Amino acid sequence: MAKRIEAHGVTSYYGSFKAIDSVSMTIEPKSVTALIGPSGCGKSTFLRSINRMHEVLPNARIEGQLLIDGQNIYDRDVDVTAVRRMIGMVFQRPNPFPTMSIFDNVVAGLRLNGVRKKSVLEEIAEKALRSANLWNEVKDRLGRPGAGLSGGQQQRLCIARAIAVEPQVVLMDEPCSALDPISTLAIEDLITELKNQYTIVIVTHNMQQAARVSDRTGFFSIEKTGDPGRLIEYDDTAKIFTNPSVKKTEDYITGRFG
Amino acid sequence: MLFRGTATFAGSMVLIIIAAIAVFLVVKAIPAFQDDTENFFTFKEWFTDGDTPRFGIAATAFGTVLTAALALLIAVPVALGIALCLSHYAHRRVATTLSFIIDLLAAVPSVVFGLWGRDYFYEPVTNLSKWLHDTVGWLPIFGSEGPYGKSVLLGSIVLAIMILPIVTSLSREVFLQTPRENQEAALALGSTKWEMIRTAVIPYGKAGIIASVMLGLGRALGETIALALTLGSVFAINWDFLGPGGITIASNIANRFGEADEFGRSALIASGLVLFAITLVVNMAARAIVYRRREFVGSA
Repeated sequence: MAKRIEAHGVTSYYGSFKAIDSVSMTIEPKSVTALIGPSGCGKSTFLRSINRMHEVLPNARIEGQLLIDGQNIYDRDVDVTAVRRMIGMVFQRPNPFPTMSIFDNVVAGLRLNGVRKKSVLEEIAEKALRSANLWNEVKDRLGRPGAGLSGGQQQRLCIARAIAVEPQVVLMDEPCSALDPISTLAIEDLITELKNQYTIVIVTHNMQQAARVSDRTGFFSIEKTGDPGRLIEYDDTAKIFTNPSVKKTEDYITGRFG
Repeated sequence: MLFRGTATFAGSMVLIIIAAIAVFLVVKAIPAFQDDTENFFTFKEWFTDGDTPRFGIAATAFGTVLTAALALLIAVPVALGIALCLSHYAHRRVATTLSFIIDLLAAVPSVVFGLWGRDYFYEPVTNLSKWLHDTVGWLPIFGSEGPYGKSVLLGSIVLAIMILPIVTSLSREVFLQTPRENQEAALALGSTKWEMIRTAVIPYGKAGIIASVMLGLGRALGETIALALTLGSVFAINWDFLGPGGITIASNIANRFGEADEFGRSALIASGLVLFAITLVVNMAARAIVYRRREFVGSA
């Protein structure tokens, strides 16, 4: 059920501003790929291009091809909601629906898909919460508001919500940047477990995190403010962090800029 | 310290004013309660002259609640639809212009609405009434044989148009406040725009929507002139929407206060006291609804 992602010359715009220029990369199924780079380098923009969330913003558009198992998700006859159902997303700030209980948050995606049967919802909710390592903490208070959990728990709730619909791919946009170290560790462990089932792409500002959780790493950068972001180097994580082929990558990971 | 003092003063002023209004109403109403020869709460008609005054609040209170409820029924779905259109569908420039016009509409005096509504809607409402009677006349609410025109339906439609701008304008603000993260969360789960609105926008704004509807209801309950101009002034309790009829507490006060003697005024103030109580109860009910869901509330 995990799928391969191939980007061919993906170029994204916000109005007339070119945010990323011609990004091409192949992401293998059941792997963790980290996207790193300085602020404004377009790594989040690229991530949001993978599930067509980029185009939600006003005047945003995209060129190039993005194939999920060979199917270009930007084809005219592709249903954008189907793409997003296939590709789950976890955001920078935990964003459980504030009006919903823990249970309702987890099954929100299922309900959108038309699943109504209570027993099915309960079964999947438990499975998703267990996968997100949250079940033991919340099993006695599933009816309580999701917004009442701690930040780290909220983020795991959002992961449970994303995987409850059994997506092919899970995108994470700096999922730990708003969390304390212990919650961060919990999420990182979770990512390693989820890798067995899903293709995971994670944007992170934390290079140790990229080194810890990912199999492959893509380094994005910009020449100067206002220039589009480019994929500078994309390789096995071990190679990127020990022996990068591009000077700029080395400068970044050794902390010389960014 | 200074701020605290000012805030406490302002807060207590509100309570003092409300208490003062209540005391005024009660004191002025006492003679009417004492000398009424009928039960004030169940008697329908209103005769305050002569030695044996017979008057009661029943018909006017019923009319007040009925017209306001019907007006809400007409106005709220339309208002929420417009508000959602403006907040989530329309192009930003169009939305800004339209919102401005709607806010202007909220500032139109009610007497203008009343006069305009009476002239402009009299014909259409007469025709609509005939049609409703012909098609679904077996329903008691549409059972009237006429004459059509000045009726609960006409009054409620005019009232609905009057409260439309305020409900629209407030709920639009509420919808616009939905956090971007929540909307994106819903979209990323693969919802269509409408599903996203149902999952993220409307639940988040529920408290705000209730508040805006309550403000609309408050205006509808207290509306005077527009209803005095469009209702038929019939003191009866019936569920007839089409025939000549309908009277509200406020329009009854407006119709009679000028010519009433001392005692008549006391009786009208007594009816005002009931109106005051109704609006108070409605507002408290709204508060209770909002409060009950406070843990789940986005904006409140």
